[in-house]
Amino acid sequence: MAKEFLSGDEAFAYGVRLARPQVVSAYPITPQTIVVEKLSEFVEDGSLKSEFIHVESEHSALSCAMGASSVGARAFTATSSQGLLYMAECLPYAAGGRFPIVMMNANRSTALPWNIYGDQRDSLSQLDSGWIQAYAQTAQEALDLALMSFYIAEDKDVSTPFMANLDGFVLTHTYEVVDVPTAEQADAFLPKFETENKMSLDKPKNLAFSAGPDTNTFFKFKEHCGILNAKEVIPKAEKRFSEIFGRKYTGLTESYKTDEADYIIITLGSIAGLVREVVDKLRDRGEKVGLLRIRYMRPFPNEEISATVKKAKAAAVLEKDISFGNEGAVYTNVNSALKKADLTLPTSNYIAGLGGRNISAEEIEGIFAELKEGKTTVKFIGIGGEQSGDQR
Amino acid sequence: MAISAKTINETEFFYGHKACAGCGGSLAVKIALKVLGEKSIAVVPAGCMSAVGFNYPQLCFGCNAIISTFAGTASMLTGVEAGLRAQGITDFHAVGFAGDGGTADIGIQALSGAIDRNDDILYICYDNEAYMNTGIQKSSLTPFGAKTTTTPAGKNIRGNIRPKKNMFEIVAAHGISYAATASVGYLPDFMKKVEKAKNIRGTKYIHILAPCPTGWGAAANETVELAKEVVDCGLWYLSEYENGEFTINNRPKEFTSVEHYLKRQSRFKHLTDEDIEIITNARDKKWEYIDKHFAK
Repeated sequence: MAKEFLSGDEAFAYGVRLARPQVVSAYPITPQTIVVEKLSEFVEDGSLKSEFIHVESEHSALSCAMGASSVGARAFTATSSQGLLYMAECLPYAAGGRFPIVMMNANRSTALPWNIYGDQRDSLSQLDSGWIQAYAQTAQEALDLALMSFYIAEDKDVSTPFMANLDGFVLTHTYEVVDVPTAEQADAFLPKFETENKMSLDKPKNLAFSAGPDTNTFFKFKEHCGILNAKEVIPKAEKRFSEIFGRKYTGLTESYKTDEADYIIITLGSIAGLVREVVDKLRDRGEKVGLLRIRYMRPFPNEEISATVKKAKAAAVLEKDISFGNEGAVYTNVNSALKKADLTLPTSNYIAGLGGRNISAEEIEGIFAELKEGKTTVKFIGIGGEQSGDQR
Repeated sequence: MAISAKTINETEFFYGHKACAGCGGSLAVKIALKVLGEKSIAVVPAGCMSAVGFNYPQLCFGCNAIISTFAGTASMLTGVEAGLRAQGITDFHAVGFAGDGGTADIGIQALSGAIDRNDDILYICYDNEAYMNTGIQKSSLTPFGAKTTTTPAGKNIRGNIRPKKNMFEIVAAHGISYAATASVGYLPDFMKKVEKAKNIRGTKYIHILAPCPTGWGAAANETVELAKEVVDCGLWYLSEYENGEFTINNRPKEFTSVEHYLKRQSRFKHLTDEDIEIITNARDKKWEYIDKHFAK
C-alpha cells in the first residue's frame, strides 16, 4: 500500500489498473477524460496489459466492451453526460445481455443549456437501464469502488454491468491523499473473470437473441433478480475488501449520526462531505440531526433507508437532479421506500447543484431548519426570489 | 486447394432460419460461413438476418454468433476480436453481416472507426438496396428510381431521386487492407474473395449485392438470375481494392439491357424511357471511370 496524491479520476484509473481489464474502450469527454488518458499511459509504460481501443464514439465504446465481454474478457469503459446519453441504447443492451462491464461515469450536467460541470441528471436519467449504480464520495472510495465493482458485477449470481459515478470536477478533479493497494493485494481480492455467458470456440453459442412475448418477461425477471442479488454480494465484497485492505464500507448506504436523529438529510455523492460537516456543527449546538448517504441507487436500499429514518421527525432528500414535471428521482425512490415500510414522516425534496452550482453550508443548515416545520415540499435551491418556494 | 463448389465445406452454419424464399442476404451469409468455417464468430446487427435466425429458442447459427445494436456491428466485432486476442486466442474469424442500412447509414461511423484502427475483422455488407426488415424503406444504397415504401412512385416524384451511395470506394478511401464487391449471382467469385479476406490481417470489407425478391418485386426463383444480370448489364461490378489499387474482375465486352434488368422488378415498373436513359448514362459514366482508374 502506497500513499499518493490523486484526483478522483486518477484514483479510479489506478483502481482500474489493479483490476487488470483485458479490454479498455476509450473515448474522451470532460470531466472523464483523465481516466482514459491515465489508462493509456499505464498501457504505454507496460503497467497495464490491456487492449486499449480508440473508439470513435461512446456508442462504440460500450458496444466494443460488450463484444469483449461476450467472449469472456474483462472490459472497462468510461464516460460522462452527453456521452452517457449517446451510448444510452447500449446500456439496457449490456444489462439484458448480462455482460458485467464496469463503466465509470463522471457526473455532469446534460445539455441544453450546455454545461460541463457536475450534477447527477445524466446517470439518474438511466436508473431503469438495468445497471448497478454506485456513487462515490471521495477519491479513496472511487479507487476502492473501481476494484470492488468488478468483483460485484462479475459474481455469477449478479452478472450485471456496473456504473460507478463520480461527481464531475468536485470529485473527478480534486486531489486528496489516497492509499493505493499493491497489485498483489488486488490480485488476492479480485478473482479472474470466469463466466458461462460467453461465446467460446469449444462451445459455440448464439448470444443476444430475440425473445418474444411468451419468454420476454422471464428474461426481464431474471435480469431483475441479478441486480437484486447484488444486495447480497456487495456486503460480501466489502467484507473481503476490509480483510485485505483494512478499509471498511457500509453497503448500500452510509449513516452518519442518524441514531436518535430527529432530522435527516438523505443525499448521494460528494456533497455528503459538506452535509457531514454541517451535521457536526449543528450537533455541537445540541441539534439532533443526521446524514444518510445513498451509496447505491441500484439496487435501491429500500430497507436501509426506512430503517434509518423510521424514528426521525422529518427527512429531506438533497439531490442534483430533477425529473421535469415531477420531482427529483431520488426523492421519488426514497418516498417509495418509506411508503412500503408504512412510514408517514414528512419528506422534502431539495433540488440543488444543477450545472455545478455550488451548494453552501448555509444552504444545508437552511434545509435542516426548514425540516423542523414538518412540511412536505419540493424546492429548487439557488434561483432566488419567489420561485424558490414550493415547486410541487 | 482453391475454394470452389467442389471443395467448399459441407457443414451448414446458417440453417433452419425463416428468411423469405429466395433471400439473397441469407445465401451470402450461408456461403461466407462455409468458407470461414467453424471458428467463425458472427456479429449480426438488428435487421433481416437477426430477425430470421435469432428467435429464442430457435437459434440458427451453427457457429458462435451474437446480435449487435443496429449501429454497432463493427464496434462489437472490434470488441470480440480484442477480447479473444487479449486471452491469447487467435485461431478465429470475427465476421460481421450487416445490410445496406446497417452499413451505409446507421453503422457507417462504427465501420469507419474499425477500418481506421485496422482491426482484424471481416465486415460483409449484404446489400439488398433498402431497409427490408422494416418493410422496404429507402436507404442510402437504394438505387435511383427505385420505389420503396418511403419513396413512393407517384405523379410528382417517381421513386428514389438520389443515386446509390458509393460505399465500396468510401471504404477503400480509408486505405483499408482489403475491400471487394461481389454478387450472389457470382458465388465462386464471392467465395474466392471471402477466402482471400480470411487470410489477410487487418480490416476487410466485402460488399455483396443480394437481391430481395420481397422488396424488389421479383419471383423467389429469380434471385440468382437478377444478381447475375445486374452485373452483366453493368449496374453493378465485381472488383477489389488492395495495396492502394482498384482492380476490376469482370469487364463485360457488351452490357446486357438495363431496361430488361429494371423492368422485371416491380420496384422499377413505373420508370419512363427518360428515367432509364438517366440510369444508363450514369452506368456509362461509371464505367468510363472504372476503365480509366481500375486495373484489369
